[in-house]
Amino acid sequence: MSVGLVIRLIVLALLVAFLVSPQTFVFVFRPLVRAGQPVIYNQGSLIDLTLNHLAIVGTAMVLATALAVGLAILVTRPFGAEFLALSRSLANIGQTFPPVAVLALAVPVLGFGTAPTLVALFLYGLLPIFENTLTGLTNLPPTVTEAARGMGMTGRQRLMRVELPLALPVILAGIRLSTVIALATATIGSTVAARTLGEVIIAGLLSRNTAFVAQGGIIVGILAVLIYDGLSAIERMLMRRTGQAGRQA
Amino acid sequence: MIEIQDLTKVYGETAVVDSVSLTVPAGQICVVVGTSGSGKTTLMRMINRLVEPTSGQVLIDGQDTRAEPPHMLRRRIGYAIQGHGLFPHRTVAENIGTVPKLLGWDKARTDARIDELLTLFQLDPAEYRDRLPSELSGGQQQRVGVARALAAGPNILLMDEPFGALDPVIRAKAQDDLLAIQRRFETTVVLVTHDMEEAIHLGNKIAVMDAGKLLQYATPEEIIANPATEFVAELIGGDRSFRLLSLSKVVAFVEPGEAQGEPIDSGANLREAYAECLWSGREALPVTRDGEHIGRITLTELARHAARPQ
Repeated sequence: MSVGLVIRLIVLALLVAFLVSPQTFVFVFRPLVRAGQPVIYNQGSLIDLTLNHLAIVGTAMVLATALAVGLAILVTRPFGAEFLALSRSLANIGQTFPPVAVLALAVPVLGFGTAPTLVALFLYGLLPIFENTLTGLTNLPPTVTEAARGMGMTGRQRLMRVELPLALPVILAGIRLSTVIALATATIGSTVAARTLGEVIIAGLLSRNTAFVAQGGIIVGILAVLIYDGLSAIERMLMRRTGQAGRQA
Repeated sequence: MIEIQDLTKVYGETAVVDSVSLTVPAGQICVVVGTSGSGKTTLMRMINRLVEPTSGQVLIDGQDTRAEPPHMLRRRIGYAIQGHGLFPHRTVAENIGTVPKLLGWDKARTDARIDELLTLFQLDPAEYRDRLPSELSGGQQQRVGVARALAAGPNILLMDEPFGALDPVIRAKAQDDLLAIQRRFETTVVLVTHDMEEAIHLGNKIAVMDAGKLLQYATPEEIIANPATEFVAELIGGDRSFRLLSLSKVVAFVEPGEAQGEPIDSGANLREAYAECLWSGREALPVTRDGEHIGRITLTELARHAARPQ
């Protein structure tokens, strides 16, 4: 086991311990509060907020991946090539709109709560996944795709058996990028009453409780780092398994 | 048998392949030679319809290749390319089993065929079946590439510069392996190369192409003796005598008698015998077959065969 892995496991264990039993960690945060202020977030369960935060991000990412990968596959087929420009601008618009603006625009339509956050994260996540899938599907070794055609695979067989498996590590890199951005962005969702870890940070800001801000920030930060590392490890494993260790993602 | 009739491919204004007609008899090797841009690869790719002809047609055993969907046609034509094109995410066995799987063979039949081919290409199935292509040497990858092309027992094999990425020693071995396997399965082979030496070594007939046109289609002997154009002569190069010698085996020119020194095997070609005479300063070499003395070959006889055919 490498040193890096040991450190990550320890950090994960500490995070779980903190979520399960926050009171144990009072001594860590006490120096951050002024007399009379609560040390540990007391307006809801941290573990519920964390799980809800992850659920919102996860749902948005699954939806964004489905659409972005689907679009990228479509525009790399012979019949879909003419939609390439359109899809690119669609994904670009998603990325250009600041999430706050999306939230502000979505609230009148969707009301307060989880829905506007989901929409913002979904739109914001499209571009990296779309662009990476496009790169993955168009940068395959030409001899391999040529051989697949020459063997007599149909378009669908080439996609499912050769192109997607080989592009998977690159697609995953896009999903990783979007997920990490979404983990951080989801905190803003609490401004429109989505139940995310943003609640903890906002509560801290409103009551000038630095310990609350730190708790919200640290949990989101650790989640982002661990998920980033975890997905990176899966990518490396896929690269090895698909015999592409030498290829650049 | 492959019959190419008046085949043309036009891209924009240029005819990359310009009304080429040729016939490859069943069980023979046709080598298409040309410089890059000569249209040789495009010609070959029109046989399995990776490129659709602008006009003309290809008949395989009398049947028009347009009679069935391209992917079905390609499954019964072996295809091996330069740089092998193995699927990097599939094991050696899965790579070789690609076309059998597409054809719906059952697992037992596919597995048996994979082991047969691996053994034939001198790769121990137990050791190599489950390796990824990245875990093989260049020569091994090339062999697996050809094994994959032959997996479903096609009677036609198309090869695009199959030995281009190999070093000279492995290349010579791979060429001899191909000849042995081609004889065994009686496969009809169309092989594209830029290397005239390779063409002379492998081809029953050689098709020389330049700028989309078929300049000459003839046996290696005929091409060396009577190149149709300046360009063909240039491709053959200056040492035509030696190329001619390399085409015949010692066994055909053995005469009774004795000679001194190290014997030569009757399966060697005349070029090797000639070189041995010169190197060892002998007028004649004893010839053996399977270790038995069967006669001798003389320098005079060799020189006579190196002369321009009359």
